Amino acid sequence: MSEWVEACAADDVEEEDVIRFDHAGRTFAIYRSPDDEYFATDGLCTHEKVHLADGLVMDDIIECPKHNGRFNYKTGAAKGAPVCVNLRTYPVKLEAGMVMIQLD
Amino acid sequence: MSAVEVGNKTGSKRDYSLVGESTKRAVETGLASAEWYHTDVPRKVMKELMQRSDGPAIRDTLLWIALILGSAVGAIWFWGSWWCVPFFVVYGVLYASSSDSRWHECGHGTAFRTRWMNDAVYQIASFMQMRNPVQWRWSHARHHTDTIIVGRDAEIAVMRPPDLLRALLSFTGLLDFRYSLPGLFRQAAGRLTDEEKSYIPEMEWLKAIVAARWHVAIYVATAGLAIYMRSFLPLMLIGGPRLYGTWHMVLTGLLQHIGLADNVTDHRLNTRTVYMNPISRWIYWNMNYHVEHHMFPMVPYHALPRLHELIKHDLPAPNPSMWHAYKEVWPVVLRQLRYEDYYLKRELPPTARPYKEEFHNLIIPAAAE
Ligand code: FES
Repeated sequence: MSEWVEACAADDVEEEDVIRFDHAGRTFAIYRSPDDEYFATDGLCTHEKVHLADGLVMDDIIECPKHNGRFNYKTGAAKGAPVCVNLRTYPVKLEAGMVMIQLD
Repeated sequence: MSAVEVGNKTGSKRDYSLVGESTKRAVETGLASAEWYHTDVPRKVMKELMQRSDGPAIRDTLLWIALILGSAVGAIWFWGSWWCVPFFVVYGVLYASSSDSRWHECGHGTAFRTRWMNDAVYQIASFMQMRNPVQWRWSHARHHTDTIIVGRDAEIAVMRPPDLLRALLSFTGLLDFRYSLPGLFRQAAGRLTDEEKSYIPEMEWLKAIVAARWHVAIYVATAGLAIYMRSFLPLMLIGGPRLYGTWHMVLTGLLQHIGLADNVTDHRLNTRTVYMNPISRWIYWNMNYHVEHHMFPMVPYHALPRLHELIKHDLPAPNPSMWHAYKEVWPVVLRQLRYEDYYLKRELPPTARPYKEEFHNLIIPAAAE
């Protein structure tokens, strides 16, 4: 059954940036896009399980800090070697200044 | 300056195959895909250093292309007289050496902000390097995951005990014609080795084969043109520069890891930063800041000097010149001929966080004698 979980305050994430959010033994990445929208994906790169929150957000792209693999964090799409497997994304909403993500 | 110390790691012979005993051991002991040491840099500062822009790389690439074309035109113009020699000297280094750093930086996707620009330069530079662009993207990813981990890293330039003849020959580019070119022909025929398959995922095998076919097609066309023209000139311009222009790439690149520790998870122990003259740094695109690059591969080449200033308190002192670095390395590799566990352990400044000795199991000086 899915549930909405409070991930962080909206202000915790700078514009065009990402932070890490750990919950119930899992790790996620919470993004704030340049046009001030919020997104969430699994926190670890699908290539070698590195935390994407240490990476770089550029427009729609999160670049992994280890081998510079790139994903579209809005869709989870892997954008080419060395990342070949898509990232899982999660629905996000803002509530009373908090970023909520929907987990199953 | 750094101190020389000795360590005895395992006492057993190193097996550099990527599917052998060392591979198994690296996986079992947790050396493979391990967590590596990083100097603390505040996120805000790192974000700023990681920022991409097209400007510096476009400027450098336009200059690069202009110099390549200019020296090629000069070499063709004076072909048949000794005046062509200086043009070939410049052309050779640009073709066979500077393309290595372009291949490298664009492979990381850090040279340009715009993806297609990185990809275009990456493809051209891979060809100049006689490297299969698909295969080498994956081998380099492995090099970053498992830097100088024996049995895992596909890009260890000087293995232990060192093969000095091979190292010397690499300055001539001859080894490319002994290994890289036949490798491309083999791949073009549809055959990948088990080692290649160990780091290229299956879904990319066909891409690697197709890329090899393109490279081979260009070499065959060049050879055909040379026969048709009854002239070596086409071969001097395509493929041939590997023989006479690779020396600078090897001169700078060998220093990255040679003589330092293996099987450790701290780039300060297995990687070297060397101060270089501005021309070499331009050819090498600042890869002389190699510890910095390995710790933070997201930082573009033009920001590495700034990163270096920021974290040098936590790193061994850089070698002040290539000459200094080679002088330091030479006795170490000579000693490794007889005692392959011997290596150079570089001292950290008092401001640095210490090495994790217990994990790296480094110091048993008596065992070295
Ligand atoms: S771990 Fe993310 S690209 Fe390799």
